[in-house]
Amino acid sequence: MKEKNYASMSRRRTIGNIISYIILILISIIWLFPFYGLIMQSFRSYSSEYGGMVDYIIPKRFSLDNYRFLFSGETNFLRWYKNTVIIAIVVAILQTIIVLCVSYALSRMRFKLRKFLMNFWLILGMFPGFLTMICMYFLLKQFGLTQAGAVPGLILVYIASCGMGYYVCKGYFDTIPKALDEAAKIDGATRAQIFFQMILPLSKPIVIYTALVAFMAPWCDYIFASYVAFGNDKTYNVAVAMTRWVWTNDYQGYFTRFCAGGILVAIPVTILFMCLQKYYVEGVTGGSVKG
Amino acid sequence: MSQNKKKSAAASFMSACAQNIAEIGSTFVRGDWKTKVSYLILGFGPLMRGQIVKGIALIASEILFFIYMAGFGAKYLSKFSTLGTVATQKVGRKTVYGDNSFLILLFGILTIIIIAAFIVIWRMNIHENLVEETALKNNKPLPSNAKFLSSFLDENFDKTLLTLPCLGIFIFTVLPIIFMICVAFTNYDANHQSPTNLFTWVGLENFRNLFSFGSQGFGGTFVTVLIWTLVWAFFATFIDYFLGLAVAMLINKKGIRFKKLWRTILVLTIAVPQFVSLLYIMKMFGNDGIVNGYLMKWGWISSPIPFWTNPTLARIMIIVINIWVGIPYLMLIATGLLMNIPEDLYESARIDGANSFQMFWKITLPYMLFVTGPFLLTQFTGNLNNFNVIYLLTQGRPQSMKLTGNAGYTDLLVTWLYKMTVNDTNYKMAAVIGIMVFIVTAVVSLVVYNMLPSVKDEEGFQ
Repeated sequence: MKEKNYASMSRRRTIGNIISYIILILISIIWLFPFYGLIMQSFRSYSSEYGGMVDYIIPKRFSLDNYRFLFSGETNFLRWYKNTVIIAIVVAILQTIIVLCVSYALSRMRFKLRKFLMNFWLILGMFPGFLTMICMYFLLKQFGLTQAGAVPGLILVYIASCGMGYYVCKGYFDTIPKALDEAAKIDGATRAQIFFQMILPLSKPIVIYTALVAFMAPWCDYIFASYVAFGNDKTYNVAVAMTRWVWTNDYQGYFTRFCAGGILVAIPVTILFMCLQKYYVEGVTGGSVKG
Repeated sequence: MSQNKKKSAAASFMSACAQNIAEIGSTFVRGDWKTKVSYLILGFGPLMRGQIVKGIALIASEILFFIYMAGFGAKYLSKFSTLGTVATQKVGRKTVYGDNSFLILLFGILTIIIIAAFIVIWRMNIHENLVEETALKNNKPLPSNAKFLSSFLDENFDKTLLTLPCLGIFIFTVLPIIFMICVAFTNYDANHQSPTNLFTWVGLENFRNLFSFGSQGFGGTFVTVLIWTLVWAFFATFIDYFLGLAVAMLINKKGIRFKKLWRTILVLTIAVPQFVSLLYIMKMFGNDGIVNGYLMKWGWISSPIPFWTNPTLARIMIIVINIWVGIPYLMLIATGLLMNIPEDLYESARIDGANSFQMFWKITLPYMLFVTGPFLLTQFTGNLNNFNVIYLLTQGRPQSMKLTGNAGYTDLLVTWLYKMTVNDTNYKMAAVIGIMVFIVTAVVSLVVYNMLPSVKDEEGFQ
C-alpha cells in the first residue's frame, strides 16, 4: 500500500516535471524567436532577394551584403556607432560618480535640507521627462550643443539630472553599518576619507550596477537623441538612425540592413550585460524590496 | 489628524518667519558697525574680522547679483507680466525683431529665482555676522580660513557632494518644469512662435479647452487617452507580475534542471537594446510581416490580420508584447525573493496537509505582495509613463478623425504629449497634458502608497 502510494507520487512528479519542461521549452521558443528571425533576416541579401518584408525566415542564399553595406561608408553607420559608444562610456563614468556622491550624502550625512531635498526630487520625478524638452533644447542651443554638437549635448542631458536616480545606490549604502563610520571618525578620518577609503571599496557591486545601467541607457534612447540631433545625420546615435531606417526606408531594402545593424549593436551590449548579470540582479532585487 | 498637522505646519512656518525677522532686527540694533555695514555690503563684517574666504564669497555674490540684474535680469523681469508687447515687424526688406516672449518668460523665471536666492544669501550673511560677533564677545577664536575650507571635506562634505548634482537638476529639470507649468497658462503654440510672434498669458483657457467636449475641444480625446493609459498601466503591471512570478516558480521548482539556461534565455530580452527587439517585433506583426506571411502561406487566413490598424487588436498586441518585455525583470526579482521565504513555513503547511496550490495562495503570494508592494507601485507609475514600448511599436497609431490633437488609440498621455511637442508644436496643450500626467501619477502614488500593507504594518512579516 505504502509502496504503491510512493510510486504514484513519484509518477505524478515525473509527469509534473515533463509538463514543466514542455512549458519552459515553449517559453524559450517564444522568447528566442524574434532574435532568431533578426539574425536570419540580416543575412538576406538586398541585391539578390527583396530587401523589405518577405514571408519566409531563412534566406534563400546567405550573404554578408548587409554587413558589407554598413561598413562600406555609404552611410554613417560607423560614425553613429562611435557617437553611441562615446556617449555611453562618458555617461557611465560621470553618472556613476554623481550617483555615488548623492547617495553617500543622503545616506551618511545628516543636514538641514536632507528631507526636503528627497521629497522635492520625488515630486519632481512625477513630472514626465519630455516636459523639459523644449526648454532644454533652447538651453543647449545657446551653447551650440544641438545638431552638430549633439554628442556633448546629449551627454550633458543624460548626466544633468541623474542625481535624482539615487534610490538603489542609497539603499545599498544604508545597509553598510553606521558603526564603521563612527569608528573611523574616532580615529580622526574626515567624511571625505571615509567615503573614498571605506565606503567605496565596499560598494563594488553597486558601482558596477550603476555603471552598467548608465551604460546601457544611451543605446536605447530615441526621444532626446532625435530631438537634440534633429536633422543632423552625423550626430545621430544608433537608435535614432536605425529607427529612421525602419520607419521611412524599409521598402528600399533598409529592413534587412536594420537587422544587420541591430545585431551589431546588440552583440557588445548583450555580452557585457551577460558578464555583469550577477550585479544587475543584485541591484534590481535590492532596489525592488526597498522600493 | 491631518488637519492638525497642516495647522501646525502653517503655524511653525509663521513662527519661523517671525523668528527670522526678529533676528534680522535685533542683530542690526545690537550689532557693531561692521555688522551694520554688512547689511548693505555683504561679507564686510567677516572680511574685517579676518574671515577672508567667507567675506570674499559673500561680496562676490553681491557684485555678481547686481551685474546680472542691471545687465540682464531687470530687462526681462519688467516685461514678465505681459511677455512682451513689441511685435516683430518687417520694415521694408529688413526684419526688425521685437520682444521675444520665450526669452522673457524663461529669463523672467530665472531672475525671480535668482532674487530669491540672493535674499537667502543676504540672510545667511546676517546670521554669519551674528555668530561671529557672539563668538568674539565670548572670547572664542574664530575658525581659521584653512579650517573653513577643509570643513568642506568633513562636516560640510554634503555641500561639496551635492552642489554640482543640484545645479544640474536645477538647470535641466527644475527650471524647464517651472517654465512649462507657466506655458500652460499662455497661448504658446504653432501660431505664436517666438521670435516672429508674441505669446501672452491667457489664464485658465487651456485647461478649459482640455475639459471642453465640443468638436474642437480636447475633452473627449483626453478622456479616451486617460482611460487607456490607466487600463494599460494596470494590465501591464499585474499581468507581468503574476506571469513573471509563475515563470520564476516554474524555474525554481525542485527537479527542474538547467535553471541557469532558462534564466539566461529570458534575460536576453533585457540585454538586447529595446529599439532593436521591439522594432523587429513591430515589423513581424505588420501587414506584410512574417506572421501574416506564414499564416497566409499556410492558408489559415485570406487577408492579413490588421494587428496594428485595428484599435482593439493593437491595444491587445501592445499588452501581449509587453509581457514578452516584462516577464524577465519580474522573473529576476521574484527568483531572489522566493529563496528568502522561510522553508519551515512550507514544511509545516505540508504536514498540515496543504496542497501546492493552497501553499501558493496562503504563503507565497501574500509574502511576495507584502515584500514587493512598493516595487509594484513604482512599476505602475513607470508604466503610466512607458514611452518606449508604445512609441516603438505603434507610435500611438491607429489614428482617428474622432480624436483631436493627432492622438491615436494606443497613445498614452506621455506619447501624446511627445507628439504634441515635436510634431504639432502645440506647446500650450503639451504643457497642460504634462501637468495632468503629474496629477495622475501623484494621485495614484499617494493613494496606493497609503494602502500598502508594508507601509501600514512594517513588522508584518518579520
